Amino acid sequence: MLYRETGQFKTSYAADAAVFPILQDRIGIAAILAFAFLAVPLTLPDFWISAVLIPILVFSLAAIGLNLLTGYAGQISLGTGAFMGVGAYACYKLTTVFPDANIILLIVLSGLAAAALGALFGLPSLRIKGFYLAVATLAAQFFLSWCFVRVPWLYNYNISGAIEVPTRTMLGVPVTGPNATPVTRYLLVLAIVVGMTWVASNLVRGRIGRMWMAVRDMDIAAELIGIRLFRTKLIAFAVSSFYCGVAGAMMVFLWFGAAEADSFNIDLSFRVLFMVIIGGLGSLTGSFFGAALIWGLPIVLRSLPDALGVPIRAATVEHIQLMIVGALIIFFLAVEPSGLARLWQIGKQKLRVWPFPY
Amino acid sequence: MDLLYKIFLDPFLQMATTPDLLVQTLWEGLVAGVLYALIALGYVLIYKASGVFNFAQGIMVVFAALTLVGLHELGIPAFVALILALGVMLALAVAVERVMLRPLVNQPEIILFMATFGLTSFLIGFGEFVFGGEPKVMITDELLLPGGAFDFQILGGSVSLQKIDIAAAVIASLMVAGLAVFFQSTRIGRALRAVADSHKAALSVGISLEQIWIVVWFAAGIVALTTGVMWGARSNVSFALEIVALKALPVLVLGGFTSVPGAIVGGVIIGVSEKLGEFYWGPLLGGGIESWLAYVIALVFLLFRPQGLFGEKIIERV
Repeated sequence: MLYRETGQFKTSYAADAAVFPILQDRIGIAAILAFAFLAVPLTLPDFWISAVLIPILVFSLAAIGLNLLTGYAGQISLGTGAFMGVGAYACYKLTTVFPDANIILLIVLSGLAAAALGALFGLPSLRIKGFYLAVATLAAQFFLSWCFVRVPWLYNYNISGAIEVPTRTMLGVPVTGPNATPVTRYLLVLAIVVGMTWVASNLVRGRIGRMWMAVRDMDIAAELIGIRLFRTKLIAFAVSSFYCGVAGAMMVFLWFGAAEADSFNIDLSFRVLFMVIIGGLGSLTGSFFGAALIWGLPIVLRSLPDALGVPIRAATVEHIQLMIVGALIIFFLAVEPSGLARLWQIGKQKLRVWPFPY
Repeated sequence: MDLLYKIFLDPFLQMATTPDLLVQTLWEGLVAGVLYALIALGYVLIYKASGVFNFAQGIMVVFAALTLVGLHELGIPAFVALILALGVMLALAVAVERVMLRPLVNQPEIILFMATFGLTSFLIGFGEFVFGGEPKVMITDELLLPGGAFDFQILGGSVSLQKIDIAAAVIASLMVAGLAVFFQSTRIGRALRAVADSHKAALSVGISLEQIWIVVWFAAGIVALTTGVMWGARSNVSFALEIVALKALPVLVLGGFTSVPGAIVGGVIIGVSEKLGEFYWGPLLGGGIESWLAYVIALVFLLFRPQGLFGEKIIERV
């Protein structure tokens, strides 16, 4: 009854090409944004903001990055963690060299470093695909992880080998480092994620996104209709790594506060890949759902025994979580290969015809 | 100049002056290679017969070894535990076929590949849930595997060969020979090759896909158990093995995804070049290059020969 586009006529191309062509969607997204920007910082406790919302947003951006590459361009990558690391270390080096520069600018710039390396490791994608490419990206993962440990220049010759985030201020308010409040960091993360998601949504609907999808669906056919495969794949690698790099920089600067090489190991790559698969390959909304599910699941599992009064050890929770995630992946691939995003679509469709069945 | 000397001359001078160390390094590379090859074999088996690239092979190795040791810890005699562990692998094969492969019939390969990530995650969780996360000691003596080492006095130094490594090499060769015979001259082997060629054609001549998949996954389970025992005997049985098992991927790339001999040759090449690289060139870069050298070798190799050494030529039809 409420969610129906009847009577909303599009009278211009701009209206037809809008991100949210339906009025109710626009109201919905405005409400969500207003809630996220205003209601959350004012009402939610700090724990929620720093332990739940910031991680979900950071992982969402990383998942969007991987989704652009795997879900849209069809190139599988197991090196996400390493590219996030590149972003983090690049941001650390940049802020050491330019301590007065705006930190948001540096976070975005560090994405460029990740993009350059991503394009470099994407070079083999011209000749190899599928599992072979997965092996090539594993090379990136292990080589870069090794660099994070063995190249002391990257962490300013610290004895600990870890990178500590220095305090940086914007307009007199500390936004990174130990003095930054969770709310400030949250707002910054949210702004970056919203902005970059908007860019991504326009990217995938435009020429580049269509080229990616054509390559994903059948690369030979795409080549025949005049798409330059090599360039398309390299753009996918660069853009994807850019997103992952920014996510990595945010992860260290606006969430962890400090990090070492081990934070960017292959487990991180897998975690982001799982988010993409469960959320839905080829869906930006799905990336958010996937991140929320994978990050939220252990939190729910951990609080569940307390609520029920059954004592379960932390390690057991971890194991059960791994099992559930594994089962969910198989379940989604078998039953709903487009993941949570597809469920969301179905829900919207049902809402559209409600109260009638069809 | 100094750097060039260190890269191009010094390592070879070292090899020439201390040949015993060279032999020792080569041997260690060979052994590591055989173990990589064993894991790679599991991948090749499943890939050949069902077109599934089974990412979970590494964790299956850990899981099989843990089951064996875990059963033995319950007081079951070693060889009975071995048979029971085989039973568990069979049960796993049946479960995988029922729950994972059957609903995913006819899906693109990449979807099946990702489903095996799910299987990996599930098996890690399940394995740790049942057996705990701590490393366990492999029951080498109970399984009558030899311990100790042979020491040779050659080339002006001594070279020591672990007996367990020799046993591993022998068992690996036996297994490869057995699998070759199985594939080439048994009824099921022929059916397996038919399925690998075309699912549809195989179905139409009355080959049961379900049965074949169970057989293949069980065979991969047997390979996993053997690998787990051999590898567990060298270090402990722990989940860290799973990362090591990823090394089988460059091996596959080198040898070709569909070739059993390729897995062996690729394994040996990777193992030897990794150890040589680490020992002679590693110090130049600060050490630890073992963690990525194999992947980079595979990457460079891929650029020149995408189908691997022994793989079938990749032909794409539109």
